[in-house]
Amino acid sequence: MSLFVDIEKRLGDFHLKTRFEVGEETLALLGASGSGKSLTLQCVAGICKPDQGRIILDGEPLFDSERGIDLPPQRRQVGYLFQDYALFPNMTVEKNICCGLREKGDRALVEETMATMGLSALCHRRPHRLSGGERQRVALARILVGRPRLLLLDEPFSALDSHLRFQVERETRQVIHRLGKTALLVSHDRDEVFRLAQKVAVVKGGRVLQMGTRHQVFERPETVTAARLTGCKNISRAVDLGGGELHALDWGLRLRLPAGAEIPDHVGIRLHDVVLGRGENQAECRVVEVVEDPFSVTAMLLPLGGEGGVPFGITMDKETWRGAESDRLTVSLPAGSLLLLKE
Amino acid sequence: MDWFPLLNSLRIALISTVVVFFGGMFAAYYVAKTPRLVKGILDVLFTLPLVLPPTVVGYLLLRVLGPRRVLGRLALELFGLKLTMTWWSAIFATVVVIFPLMYRTARGAFESFDERLAQAGQTLGLSNTYIFWRIRIPVCRQGLLAGTVLAFARALGEYGATSMVAGYTPGRTATVSTTVYQLWQTGNDQLALQWVMVNLAISAGVLVAMNLLERKKEAKR
Repeated sequence: MSLFVDIEKRLGDFHLKTRFEVGEETLALLGASGSGKSLTLQCVAGICKPDQGRIILDGEPLFDSERGIDLPPQRRQVGYLFQDYALFPNMTVEKNICCGLREKGDRALVEETMATMGLSALCHRRPHRLSGGERQRVALARILVGRPRLLLLDEPFSALDSHLRFQVERETRQVIHRLGKTALLVSHDRDEVFRLAQKVAVVKGGRVLQMGTRHQVFERPETVTAARLTGCKNISRAVDLGGGELHALDWGLRLRLPAGAEIPDHVGIRLHDVVLGRGENQAECRVVEVVEDPFSVTAMLLPLGGEGGVPFGITMDKETWRGAESDRLTVSLPAGSLLLLKE
Repeated sequence: MDWFPLLNSLRIALISTVVVFFGGMFAAYYVAKTPRLVKGILDVLFTLPLVLPPTVVGYLLLRVLGPRRVLGRLALELFGLKLTMTWWSAIFATVVVIFPLMYRTARGAFESFDERLAQAGQTLGLSNTYIFWRIRIPVCRQGLLAGTVLAFARALGEYGATSMVAGYTPGRTATVSTTVYQLWQTGNDQLALQWVMVNLAISAGVLVAMNLLERKKEAKR
């Protein structure tokens, strides 16, 4: 069971050129809006036609420009969960779900799916009388009764309030797990991506910049874009100083790299990876701003005597901050925590 | 009072509205899918009767349907049918005149339709025919209904093109509007006023119905 995608499509100035393969797991396409994530899903579903390339699901070509194959969306048997769920407003919950049946009249399957998704009590309601979470469950149920061979999830939680998201995300994870099929998730939310997907592809401008397991991508982002999308807030331009050291231009800091590391053009470090106190790559800093979150504190720092002018941040829990609170802080940036990035 | 003109007006309006309901709806649906240049041309063509004087529409129709013209002669020779000066000749005139009303309202309704609903239907395996009749039409029904009512109201009031194509023959081609004109012409003011009242009542009723529809549409938002 696998999905292979290698397609190209031009839309005005935008050029999508993407290639990836997934097994029976969830792959997240992580990218900013306009990066071509949704377009990729639409091509796989068949509601948008690539200019050329191949899309192969479990050995069967859904699209192959060379062989002239382009299955209509109806025959691809691919479950597409739309961003705003696209429930049919003129039908009840039950009728909506019946629309997903591939063999008409399988009442038992509809009843059973409604029961497992907790929708039985709502079966005569119209979509406009449902909450965001209920709508999402109806959309999922409607997909599931069609026994999809592949799940496509397009920003599935973006239409929900934050307090609903957590719950709905858990339900969705269970559904994906139970189905045990390949799933493609499109998102710009790094936390959501990390919790739901085993593999992550970072996309920008229609290209896949980096692809790997979620641990690989989150621990070792290779580009500035990947670092930003995986939540790295401290990023500075860098120049080689020779002898395994670089100068972080924006912060005005001299940093020693791990032995044998290739000198990058940018360097980054996560807010949580900056260490309070003396150590490797230590710096005396002035605190320029303190940002308080419900359970943590982030201090923005400018190295003393440095001429960079751009502060970097350190995040610590409230307890630690109370002990260290001052307008001067000594921090260190361990070489092993530095992210070595390409533009 | 001889009720024939009312009956004739109603049957002409009803048949024309049915024709235009389907014609205008399909035209709106397919025009939206054509390339931009074709769309522009068809859009002008389908909207033209809205801005043309009815006499110009009538003239053009006579050029085509008249017994010595292309279609008129063909019908006469093949079926022995005269296309002008019968009660149903008015249907040709009325259809052309009210077509833009249905076409434009339907186009507006289809344009505000969320295309993702159709796409969702396709990925679920629903046929395009099912999606059109069971999703697109019901979701757009308020707009389509408003267009139909508007077209029907205009059909009842059609005078210019009808009088040219169907003429005025009492008991055969007379409609409410042509009757009013004829009665006024011949100085039968009393009867003319009665028909004016009938016409006012029907038109007002149709407009009230349309406003009720509009209000229902707003309440749904």
